[in-house]
Amino acid sequence: MEKIFFRPEALYDVPTHYCPGCGHGIVHRLVAQVIDQLGIREKTIGIAPVGCAVVAYDYWNFDCSEAAHGRALAVATAIKRVRPQNIVFTYQGDGDLAAIGTNETIHAASRGENLTVIFINNAVYGMTGGQMAPTTLLGQKTSTTIDGRDREKHGYPLKISEMLALLPGVYYIERVSLHNPQEVLKTKRAIRQAFENQINNSGFSLVEILSPCPTCWGLNPKESLDWIRDYMQKEFPLGRIK
Amino acid sequence: MPKKKILISGNEAIAEGALQAGCSFYAGYPITPQNELIAYMAQYMPKTGGVFIQAESELAAINMVYGASAAGARAMTSSSSPGISLKQEGISYIAGAELPAVIVNIMRGGPGLGNIAPAQSDYFQATRGGGHGDYHTIVLAPGSVQEAYDLAQTSFYLADKYRMPVMILGDGILGQMMEPILVSHKSPAANRHNKQKPWALSGCKGRKPNIIKSFALAEGALEELNLKLQRKYKVIKNKESRFENLFLDDAKVVLVAYGTMARIAKSALGRLRLAGKKIGLIRPITLWPFPERAFCLRNKRIKYLVIEMSYGQMLEDVRLTVNGKAGVEFLGRSGGGVPSEEEIINKVKKIL
Repeated sequence: MEKIFFRPEALYDVPTHYCPGCGHGIVHRLVAQVIDQLGIREKTIGIAPVGCAVVAYDYWNFDCSEAAHGRALAVATAIKRVRPQNIVFTYQGDGDLAAIGTNETIHAASRGENLTVIFINNAVYGMTGGQMAPTTLLGQKTSTTIDGRDREKHGYPLKISEMLALLPGVYYIERVSLHNPQEVLKTKRAIRQAFENQINNSGFSLVEILSPCPTCWGLNPKESLDWIRDYMQKEFPLGRIK
Repeated sequence: MPKKKILISGNEAIAEGALQAGCSFYAGYPITPQNELIAYMAQYMPKTGGVFIQAESELAAINMVYGASAAGARAMTSSSSPGISLKQEGISYIAGAELPAVIVNIMRGGPGLGNIAPAQSDYFQATRGGGHGDYHTIVLAPGSVQEAYDLAQTSFYLADKYRMPVMILGDGILGQMMEPILVSHKSPAANRHNKQKPWALSGCKGRKPNIIKSFALAEGALEELNLKLQRKYKVIKNKESRFENLFLDDAKVVLVAYGTMARIAKSALGRLRLAGKKIGLIRPITLWPFPERAFCLRNKRIKYLVIEMSYGQMLEDVRLTVNGKAGVEFLGRSGGGVPSEEEIINKVKKIL
């Protein structure tokens, strides 16, 4: 029988540290598959964030750097400028990219840096135990919004992808989701597009991925996927933004 | 080596020295009194084929230096006191990830926004690590524009040798002052000898992946990293302390000052010597490691007079060094105040 589903070479064969039902493992694999398919593993440099994916380099079989919380795009900018022949991407959560690192995100995009950004939006700070994120939905309960996010007290969810799309330096932005297999396939296509853009020197490309966090949402894995479908994608509509 | 003589400010001399040392990446953010440095880099770095980025913030600038260094470039940023405070998190990461980098602090008055007058009140921050965690940066304190140019080159050598951040600590006077200096005729790119950095990120073709990180979550891993850093610091303490001394053979009062303050102290020393007073001087060039070996503790009649543009920061290192075995006096002003020759002479006369 022909084997048609492999572990990508860009992904180590190691046990996961992520919680059951977490989206990070899916996206780690998609990134690794795309890197294999594009044949760029040996020239790729990944930037791991601070957050649950801080040890992404324990899963990826290519060069990686840690970055301080929020600074991934400053680090990536410099690496890409020093080594334009390499493929450089960041992997960042919502707190990293859209709260503490908003400035680095906006300015790397505005400069039109030829980088690929994988942006995991799970509407919560996962690693620290489920505090309000910039992308937390109105009404969503977290450890710092115990009665639900209230627009008067906490402001609105930040749609950073729509904001970035306004910048002339940005080439490509797409929002995708992991809530069912079809959407996972679309996510893979978007990730591939974002890497191809860099290979073609097209400029700044970002894929926002709505990703489940069952542990911090207080839902089981199936309910978490349904919550993305029923609630999260209403606030963060899927599709090509730029 | 062929040399030419040019008239240049301290800020520009540091930039030129860095380019001569093969610095191929600079990121910075404007702040007075170091703006000539970033402007010089903007003009000349691209001509050498290097990368210049005006960053959106001090935080971005230091993290760009982190990235460029991780990718194997000789990388540098510069700022002044409030901006250096902002960079401290990044400097801590650079120390933890064992990356070479050069950071220039042309000090101004503090605390807070302070003013733009020269000061030496960031000594504690520079010599005690500055950010979080048990780490040090090598701190070089030039006393002239020529030395600023020379030490800029030394700083990259030391940063690469020990894989750690090196700070050049000057003040607003040194940064702004112009002096004639001798510089190399060589093209800067000629010095960019791309020394092999097998740990750097370049893509994993033909080798296992390289990881640049300071995170060490496994039990004992962070203690191990810290012990490694401490072993490195011990070697540096033994090997890399630098200082200048004058008239220590017969001195009864030894002035201790660094940077611009040492120049004023030297002028006072000249006048005191002409008047027959037995005065000497120690000018630390490395502030960390502090040049303890410059201090002779056998002669108990020597008194040390520490002079700073601060209210007594290097003073603590002098006291730790003499450890009660000699008298230590202090003269200092801060917030833009600079101790004058007359103030030094009057203080010395009181001690004598």
